[in-house]
Amino acid sequence: MAPLTHYLVLSSIMFAIGVWGVLRNRNALIIFMCIELMLNAANLSLMAFSSYLKDYTGQVLVFMVMAVAAAEVAVGLAIIISIFRHKESVNVDNVNVMKW
Amino acid sequence: MNIMISLIPLYPLLGFLIIFLTNKRLPKSIVGFLACGSVLLSFISAVFAFITLLSIPPESRVIGVKLFDWIISGSFSSSISFAFDPLSAVMVLVVSGVGFLIHVYSIGYMSHDGGYSRFFAYLNLFTFSMLVLVLADNVLLMFVGWEGVGLCSYLLIGFWFHKKSATDAGKKAFIVNRIGDFGFLLGTMLIFWTFGTLNFAEISQAATYLAHANTGIMTTIALLLFIGATGKSAQLPLYVWLPDAMEGPTPVSALIHAATMVTAGVYMVARLSALYVLAPAALLVVAIVGALTALYAASIGLVQNDIKRVLAYSTISQLGYMFLACGVAAFSSGIFHLMTHAFFKALLFLGAGSVIHALSGEQDMRRMGGLKNRLPHTYRVLLIGTLAIAGIPLLAGFFSKDEILYKAFSSPAGHPIFWLLGLLAAILTAFYMFRLLYLTFYGKSNIAHEVEHHLHESPKVMLVPLYVLAFLSIIGGYIGLPHALGGGAWFERFLEPSIAHIGHEGHSADVHQLSTEYLLMLSSIVAALIGIFFAHRFYIKDPAKPAAIATKLAGSYRLLLNKYYVDEIYDYLVVKPLYVLSLIFWKIFDIRIIDGSANGIARFFGNLSYKMRLAQSGIIRNYALYFALGVAVLFGYLILR
Amino acid sequence: MMAMVIFYILAAVMVVSGLMVVTRKNAIVAALFLVVAMTALAGLFVQLGSLFVAALQIIVYAGAVMVLFLFVIMLLNLKKDEFGFDSRLFQRLFGAIIGALILIQLWLIATGYFPQKGPQPIDPEFGDAALLSKKLFIQFLYPFEIVSVLLLAAIIGAVIMAGKKSEE
Repeated sequence: MAPLTHYLVLSSIMFAIGVWGVLRNRNALIIFMCIELMLNAANLSLMAFSSYLKDYTGQVLVFMVMAVAAAEVAVGLAIIISIFRHKESVNVDNVNVMKW
Repeated sequence: MNIMISLIPLYPLLGFLIIFLTNKRLPKSIVGFLACGSVLLSFISAVFAFITLLSIPPESRVIGVKLFDWIISGSFSSSISFAFDPLSAVMVLVVSGVGFLIHVYSIGYMSHDGGYSRFFAYLNLFTFSMLVLVLADNVLLMFVGWEGVGLCSYLLIGFWFHKKSATDAGKKAFIVNRIGDFGFLLGTMLIFWTFGTLNFAEISQAATYLAHANTGIMTTIALLLFIGATGKSAQLPLYVWLPDAMEGPTPVSALIHAATMVTAGVYMVARLSALYVLAPAALLVVAIVGALTALYAASIGLVQNDIKRVLAYSTISQLGYMFLACGVAAFSSGIFHLMTHAFFKALLFLGAGSVIHALSGEQDMRRMGGLKNRLPHTYRVLLIGTLAIAGIPLLAGFFSKDEILYKAFSSPAGHPIFWLLGLLAAILTAFYMFRLLYLTFYGKSNIAHEVEHHLHESPKVMLVPLYVLAFLSIIGGYIGLPHALGGGAWFERFLEPSIAHIGHEGHSADVHQLSTEYLLMLSSIVAALIGIFFAHRFYIKDPAKPAAIATKLAGSYRLLLNKYYVDEIYDYLVVKPLYVLSLIFWKIFDIRIIDGSANGIARFFGNLSYKMRLAQSGIIRNYALYFALGVAVLFGYLILR
Repeated sequence: MMAMVIFYILAAVMVVSGLMVVTRKNAIVAALFLVVAMTALAGLFVQLGSLFVAALQIIVYAGAVMVLFLFVIMLLNLKKDEFGFDSRLFQRLFGAIIGALILIQLWLIATGYFPQKGPQPIDPEFGDAALLSKKLFIQFLYPFEIVSVLLLAAIIGAVIMAGKKSEE
């Protein structure tokens, strides 16, 4: 395996890309995908630590994160579908009813 | 007996509560009965207590009653407790006795007034406060009574509150009193600081021990308390409220401003005589103020045209006499004069009230005259009162006033100058009192026609108290009959346990001073006769003379008529600046600064939230931006830590 | 040596596909690139020694989650994303700045705190599924159960929200 810092740096790069993507896009689905990207980056980080500290706790956490991510995707996509039904578009800029 | 003493002030309090709380729902007769009855009960209890007191040997003649502890705070404690000793016995008897007579009189005088029950409620409340004042065994409780009578004075002076002059007078009384009270409070604090106690008995005892090293403190305390006395007892410079206080109903003037409240200052000085004798400088001040006030007020009274105003200035003048007595360490003489003065001054005021009542409210003496045969009873009692105050022998006023003049001359703290001032004032007193009598009852009638039709003598309920007071004005002086005239000076001896004496005074060795005493007595009589003579000349023999003198000495006449312009001076020096000051505080501090900042803060937050509201744009991606920004900042913070 | 090379290859693939995900206008293209990224990640997991988690990654993430994504994209029948990314300069600039900031900060954290050791050998003992499950079912039993409840709730929620409303 590569040194720990390499994994961590990779993880940070992926995370930053995910952040950039969330802020940059207007398509709800692509935003969602970027969120998944961030989650994966976190998973990578967890796994790296777990390996280097020889502690299984990290892997268990990865497990949990994956489960949660799956659940989140399910519900989130359901929401997007509902919104799409009303608005015929997935442009997040159209969802602005909560203006002051 | 203890219960009886503690009930003395409580009867009128009960009367007040009942009448006040059932305002106007009880018929007038019940209200009057209740009010008079409560004071009568106080009087009777006082008599019983007095008799009990006499059975106790003189050295320990005091009955103490403690009701309950009021304040206990660290080393300071104060309790509601009364002390019935000779001094308070005299005061209680005077207050309740004369008070009772005035209550009865008021039933007649106020019978047509709409505020009948309110009047009696306040009168009872006043009686309660005054009794607390004289029965209190510590300075703090006395101050409670002090303030209570001040409050009732305000309420009763401004009784006819629809009249602006009345409410102004009430305010003036209260405010001027307050200034005096400030001195009183400072004195009280100083007493506590010096003696560690506010109990009169303890103070008197401790005073002798502390005197030598601390004359300065004693003098300061005495002077501060005296400031309070000048306010309450209308001496220079705080007397200005008393003439204005005549706006109140005449029974109020009689009770509060002649017989009782204004005497509270004298009582206070007598009560703390132990302090005063140890502060010769303070005594001197008291004597000077008393003598000057006596002369000063008498001079103003010479030319006043309102019958009640004359009597008001007369009161101030007589109070000056009482303070003069205290100032020469003749405290018992001061109290003696207090008692006789209560009798004849109440008589004079009530009699004047009878005249005013008969004349449907007319108070200007220039519109009276020739009433001698139309109001015979009133004339008779007023004649007796006038004779008493002028100091004619055989009536009460002579004995008390003469004793003061004698003591002023001969006491170790006295001085012939005081005697002289007192004598001059006596001449003036006789003059203006007889002037009052002549203008009102003699000569040709200047009464307006409509008033003349309703002219009637007062009802019995008003006349009986008048006659009783007249009787007291005659015989009241014999209690204090001095040795020189064959009496036993019983009054002075009775008061001895309560009052301190000046250090080296051997009990006035009267023997070799007997001739002085006779001489002085003679001069007092001569002074009174001079006054009466001139009054007779000016108002009976030669009615045009006063007017002629007035035009000749126009300047002095105007000065006296306008009371030396003191009110105007005070207004300019004190009232106007204070008014401007309070205007500043109101307009600038209160409105602009305080309200401004309160409102300003509210407005500031309103604006702030308005601006912050704009962040809720509804655009999700902005929110995401803020998230990310927050995360970045947080990371930055964690790194830099 | 080999380990480093493999690492760099997989890392490069992952980063490039990540960038593709963010910048493509077509949602399906983006989704497919995400699959690639996840697969690369699975490879990295293998390199870290845990075959089990790698398998999990492929099955759950790449296999289930992304397939779900693709289903939805096709369901919504999105045309090419003509609006694409925000044309406003403010948003793009700010987003890039923040992204860069986070990158720098995380990089600093990553390199500043931990000792730079050389490449490590894979520990054959580590990554054993049996030991993992021991930990999972004994120490983390409670969270495990909760997560299953969570999944149940998610299923129900998704069905309710996405299902056709009967009154329409």
